Amino acid sequence: MFRKPPDAPAGVTVFVAGQPVRMAAGESAAAAVLLAGLGSSRSHPVDGGARLPYCMMGVCFECLMVIDGAPGRQGCLVPVHEGMRIEPMAGLPDLAGAPP
Amino acid sequence: MEFDIAIVGAGPAGLGAAIEAAGLGLSVIVLDEQPAPGGQVHRAIEVRKAAGRLDGEDDRDGAALVAAFRASGAVHRPGVQVWWMDPPAGGAGFRLVATQDGASQGIAAKRVLLAVGALERPAPFPGWTLPGVLTVGAAQILLKSGGNLAAAPLVIAGQGPLPLLFASQLAKAGMVPDLILDTAPADAWRRALPHLPGALRGWRQLARGLHLMLALRRSPPHCVARVREIEALGEHRLEAVRYRTEAGWTQVPATILLVHEGVIPNVHAAMSLGVEHVWDDGQACWRPKLGVDGETSVPGLFIAGDAAGIGGWRVAAIDGRLAGLRAAEALGASTDAARRSRLRLERRPHAALRPFLDALGRPREELLAPADATVVCRCEMVTAGAVRAAVQAGATGPNEVKIRTRCGMGPCQGRLCGPSLTMLVAEARGVPPAKAGHLRIRPPLKPVTLGDMAGIPPEDRAG
Ligand SMILES: Cc1cc2nc3c(=O)[nH]c(=O)nc-3n(C[C@H](O)[C@H](O)[C@H](O)COP(=O)(O)OP(=O)(O)OC[C@H]3O[C@@H](n4cnc5c(N)ncnc54)[C@H](O)[C@@H]3O)c2cc1C
Ligand code: FES
Repeated sequence: MFRKPPDAPAGVTVFVAGQPVRMAAGESAAAAVLLAGLGSSRSHPVDGGARLPYCMMGVCFECLMVIDGAPGRQGCLVPVHEGMRIEPMAGLPDLAGAPP
Repeated sequence: MEFDIAIVGAGPAGLGAAIEAAGLGLSVIVLDEQPAPGGQVHRAIEVRKAAGRLDGEDDRDGAALVAAFRASGAVHRPGVQVWWMDPPAGGAGFRLVATQDGASQGIAAKRVLLAVGALERPAPFPGWTLPGVLTVGAAQILLKSGGNLAAAPLVIAGQGPLPLLFASQLAKAGMVPDLILDTAPADAWRRALPHLPGALRGWRQLARGLHLMLALRRSPPHCVARVREIEALGEHRLEAVRYRTEAGWTQVPATILLVHEGVIPNVHAAMSLGVEHVWDDGQACWRPKLGVDGETSVPGLFIAGDAAGIGGWRVAAIDGRLAGLRAAEALGASTDAARRSRLRLERRPHAALRPFLDALGRPREELLAPADATVVCRCEMVTAGAVRAAVQAGATGPNEVKIRTRCGMGPCQGRLCGPSLTMLVAEARGVPPAKAGHLRIRPPLKPVTLGDMAGIPPEDRAG
């Protein structure tokens, strides 16, 4: 989907569905998914279809994914760290619908 | 501890306000979702500065603004999402709840400034949920933060300054999009031209726009004008883009489609606090009703920058400063009237370009009235037809449509379908959008886990 040119800065390695991806510090987990070329970062809870990050700025919630074992993280707002594990997600995480 | 001012958003508006208020000795906290200050326009600017990758006057002035903020003494909390805000009650001030790395914390403040910026106008069209379809802003973020480039064939569809700016940034990175589809209405220039003389007062920015266009001339991407409709096609991912002009439909292969139809104020947080909003007919969006220097209908709450109305980053920084001064004054600080007059004077040339850009950027009719089969709510996959049917069955406003169709009930809480809902209800009822109303926004502002809720210390628990 996206690629890093050879001269782009990259100092962090993360694992997207087990595959290593080199990235710059400050980039997001959602960017890692797009660089890894993953076909889908979540299956949609309503139609089961494939989805990938859409807005990259915290608006659309298409980037919900499993990060370091935690489901339902908004990948475009989570900065990468060395050794981060990113997995696609199925359906909806356990979210609190109503105010406390 | 209670802060004098809590600022949500570390873009130009939030930074300008923080610099002024902290400079007057007030205690200021700035909360932002991003890992570093700068907002949308100056994203990752400190990293780019350190790497010697600043490019042009905007970058340099932005880096200086961020440096002044770092030296201001204001507290900066990066990487936090503010998901709950309570207005003052019972003698206490505002109460905010924010999450950082899964842990919730409460923040108390006497005054609050929302400097939450803009978002790209949601632009529903057939196939926009397919993997491979992103916004131009998304691709710009990928480029700014990591130098990442989209795979070819790359198609860009839309209008306004951002696609132009992005195409020129791509060109500098050595990439030319395979096709640009210009979706500006055919009469856009005719409507914009009367505003050109006024815009000339902002000649520096105008010159910059022309410079961008000329720079693209050197290796011009293939461009098609007056595109009325687009469609993304593919089974499990984007494979082709179809577009319609007066000459009919054309189909081209595509791996990535980037769309952009202008930006609109981010009103979500303000609506949750009960701020009164007005419908902007020209730009087809809601914006907060404001008094002097960002004052809202909620006492003690201010809004500045693109969240108040789209003005670009230099206007945002100045309006942020003015709002910061007013908030400080309301807390008893003595501010300098001459300084305010200077800021207002400085603002003028930057604001002069707006009427011209607004007239040029009015969204096309096809966008405002999507076809029945088009999905308008990505979270719950509700179509425009289902919304129209709900109105026909008796729903009178967005909130009733939401109950009947689930449109706006998903995790984005109507950020993407809200404007479409207002437009569709207005159209189906035959009333102006202002009368159709907007979704009622209630906290939490982001879907939070039960763990987040449980993590709030009892003394900070909102509600
Ligand atoms: C995607 C996009 C790209 C753009 N690119 C450019 C560009 O390249 N050049 C240009 O001149 N203009 C650009 N603009 C226009 C630009 O937004 C404005 O000119 C300028 O950035 C406005 O400044 P601001 O301070 O009002 O808001 P912003 O710069 O948008 O800053 C708002 C900040 O608030 C934060 N925020 C929002 N909600 C919350 C919350 N609940 N909790 C915590 N933090 C929150 C955001 O993370 C963001 O950092 C872009 C706009 C968008 C939407
Ligand atoms: S990609 Fe839209 S919220 Fe993350």
